[in-house]
Amino acid sequence: MTGLLMPKPNEDALARRVEIAAALSAIVPGEGVIADDDGMRPFESDGLTAYRQLPLVVVLPETVDQVSRVLRYCYDNDIRVVPRGSGTSLSGGALPLEDGVLLGLSKFNKVLEIDYDNRIAVVQPGVTNLNVTKAVEERGFYYAPDPSSQIACSIGGNVAENSGGVHCLKYGLTANNVLGIEMVLITGEVIRLGGRHLDAEGYDLLGLMTGSEGLLGVVTEVTVRILQSPETARAVLVGFPSSEDAGQCVADIIGAGIIPGGMEMMDKPAIHAAEDYVKAGYPRDVEALLIVELDGPSGEVDDLLARVSRIAEANLASYLRVSQTETERQTFWAGRKAAFPAVGRISPDYFCMDGTIPRKALPQVLARMRELSAHYDLRVANVFHAGDGNLHPLILYDANQPGELEKAEAFGADILKLCVEVGGVLTGEHGVGVEKRDLMPEMFTEDDLKQQQRVKCAFDAKHLLNPGKVFPQLHRCAELGRMHVHKGQVPFPDIPRF
Amino acid sequence: MATILKPETADAVLDAVSWAAADEIPLEIVGSGSKRAIGRPVQAEYTLDLSALSGVTLYEPDELVLSARAGTPLGEIEKLLADNEQELAFEPMDMGVLNGAEPGSATIGGVLAANVCGPRRIKSGAARDHVLGIKAVSGRGETFKSGGRVVKNVTGYDLSKGLAGSWGTLAVATDITFKVLPRAETVETIMLRGLSDKDAAQVMCTSMGSSWEVSSAAHLPRTAAERIPVSLISGADSAVTILRLEGFGPSVAYRGDRLVDALKQFGSIDRLDEVLSTALWSAVRDVVPLHGDRPLWRVSVAPTDGPVVAAALADLDMRYFYDWSGGLIWIETGEAEDAGAGPIRAAVQSVGGHATLMRGPAALRAAISPFQPQPPALAALSRRLKENFDPKGILNPGRMVAGV
Repeated sequence: MTGLLMPKPNEDALARRVEIAAALSAIVPGEGVIADDDGMRPFESDGLTAYRQLPLVVVLPETVDQVSRVLRYCYDNDIRVVPRGSGTSLSGGALPLEDGVLLGLSKFNKVLEIDYDNRIAVVQPGVTNLNVTKAVEERGFYYAPDPSSQIACSIGGNVAENSGGVHCLKYGLTANNVLGIEMVLITGEVIRLGGRHLDAEGYDLLGLMTGSEGLLGVVTEVTVRILQSPETARAVLVGFPSSEDAGQCVADIIGAGIIPGGMEMMDKPAIHAAEDYVKAGYPRDVEALLIVELDGPSGEVDDLLARVSRIAEANLASYLRVSQTETERQTFWAGRKAAFPAVGRISPDYFCMDGTIPRKALPQVLARMRELSAHYDLRVANVFHAGDGNLHPLILYDANQPGELEKAEAFGADILKLCVEVGGVLTGEHGVGVEKRDLMPEMFTEDDLKQQQRVKCAFDAKHLLNPGKVFPQLHRCAELGRMHVHKGQVPFPDIPRF
Repeated sequence: MATILKPETADAVLDAVSWAAADEIPLEIVGSGSKRAIGRPVQAEYTLDLSALSGVTLYEPDELVLSARAGTPLGEIEKLLADNEQELAFEPMDMGVLNGAEPGSATIGGVLAANVCGPRRIKSGAARDHVLGIKAVSGRGETFKSGGRVVKNVTGYDLSKGLAGSWGTLAVATDITFKVLPRAETVETIMLRGLSDKDAAQVMCTSMGSSWEVSSAAHLPRTAAERIPVSLISGADSAVTILRLEGFGPSVAYRGDRLVDALKQFGSIDRLDEVLSTALWSAVRDVVPLHGDRPLWRVSVAPTDGPVVAAALADLDMRYFYDWSGGLIWIETGEAEDAGAGPIRAAVQSVGGHATLMRGPAALRAAISPFQPQPPALAALSRRLKENFDPKGILNPGRMVAGV
């Protein structure tokens, strides 16, 4: 973060700022274009506030036609574009570029259609995640992916980041809950991928778009699957004397054929921070705490709670409490959901990391993290989506102490490298953005990254959409398209060659 | 006859594709070849046969993950999973038998390439929703990987999904990792008789929208029901509407009771036990009622649009049934000219969705487009994607779209 290198600004665009703002105002009249520094200030960063940059100009279109014309103008004039939903990205995905138009979708905030028979909702991309559920809850429906930021984050952003949440082991990620989108290519062309039917035809462009971090196109409409709420949900709080025991308990629950609606783990520093903050009734004398939520018909939930409790006891659980009321269940979650702000209270600053690991590697990763913590002399607290292996280490530091920010960054990079080393990945749900961009070669070879960039070339050959994100190095599409052919290799000697 | 290249390692696949790329030699890519008769016929002098690239390379039941080489028989994987009371939750159908292939001969690579799924599609998704990672060789003759072995992963573009449903035209997958899930403890089916298509759609949509976790909903008009090899169904002498419940025993029984309560206004209800249900849904999954030689279409629309499409085609010589709560229609036609492509595509066009010819003579598959034609901007994007994976057009050329 300290020495973040972004693509060299386009001097021509910088010089033509006033003209560009005027041209965009002609497309989006009224207050849809912001070009003064004070007005653009709210857009200078996203959820990753360590980086700030004022954009060239902000444009807030209201119609698909305006989005199309804005993009076409930028395409014709070689102007870079950074799309933005609610700006809650934790990886800098919506960080503006000095020479780039910031395209905000906040005015696309309408629920367009709800179709209960087909169990879908058609919404504009600026609608918040939680508002999708709110729009359908009167009939008992909900939208399953529930990232922690759901009160603020937009559905368009969820598509860009393939957002998850605590329920995704059972109910899937955004990619599994979106049936179709309308999107605008950088050329201004409007296309539809998928729709109300289940299978999109042809190539799975929808699968490629989901999680593409705003580099492939601008989403202008999303069709999502809605589900009927389970009849009941109950949670059990289980404390363990070691994270190994907790990890084994998780493996045994899944081994018994049980897929909980949610299964979260916290380590001792996280438990204490959360308990001090929320008073959720967490035990303080345990090394690891599990929250296991079962949902479904009440009879099934009671039965599974009993099974889970038996498995927990067999794994030396030292504390076990089953929620007896809906309020108590909510209290169990209140501590977990407040874990980040709780840690924020005990440290001036913290970094939230986001690696995913094979679950069985958890004890090894936690042990190594304790060593790194000692090495860097920085505290770390861990919250863990135990069901799916997504780990959120929170590194505590004080930016006012010289050198601590750099130490914290190095610590974070070491953790992510460790995740990759044990068979995991750099980011489970927060995205690569600018934050993990330069770590991509830890996980991918040059050829891997080049093939990903060739997908980019199919959508945006001029690299105008959100450049500087995801990929550590930008290759021109002409260069990526070149074939380096090794003549004379005969794979099978018995094959006749012409 | 095409010359067959049969690599036994991923490196040998790389060698073969690199060689073909250098000399611009088209390759037909096959696993067992069971789905070869789907799509446009591929003209290639060489066949790249992946059936020797076989074997499960990683299976950790507690971690819900399995990796296998692309040519591994699906049956081998399903048996291994069943031995551990797990399964591929997307319930891949046997697509090969539609065209007379040996039952159970599909490979896991083919399952991904055709994005195969089954009646549980409506609850649990398709192959695309369960693939976690791939290693593959692009048409450029370069090895690349994407994804990994964990469920939650947003590191870079999801090229694994990108290969799902690409029918071997973008890259040759050599290793594939899937999420696996526990198999349901038991299954039961709720059956109603004699409903019209429209009423059946209402029953299915209401059930899918309930809290009772219906995992599949199908409706078979009498002419399809009579061909189901379960006597209660074939002997019903009427249309049947079937709803599947899966899970732990007590839960299935409880949900069954609730569902019967909710649906009793629609007439008498039968409840099929685990044995009958398993046979029934396997027949629905593999489209047993429409096995034969006549052209077969797979139509995907919104569930409530299913009966609308069928009604628009009332004049066709056809036999059909619905899966996916009405959103999937399997249509077997006897139309001589174009196998009904004109009216079927027109009916689908009017509601939104797509129609794919899954069985038909090679001449017909070359003459009409077996895959749904796309609007120009989307078709151009698909073509650019193909060019960026396979610039020389050597991988299954023309399989999905003429000239691509």
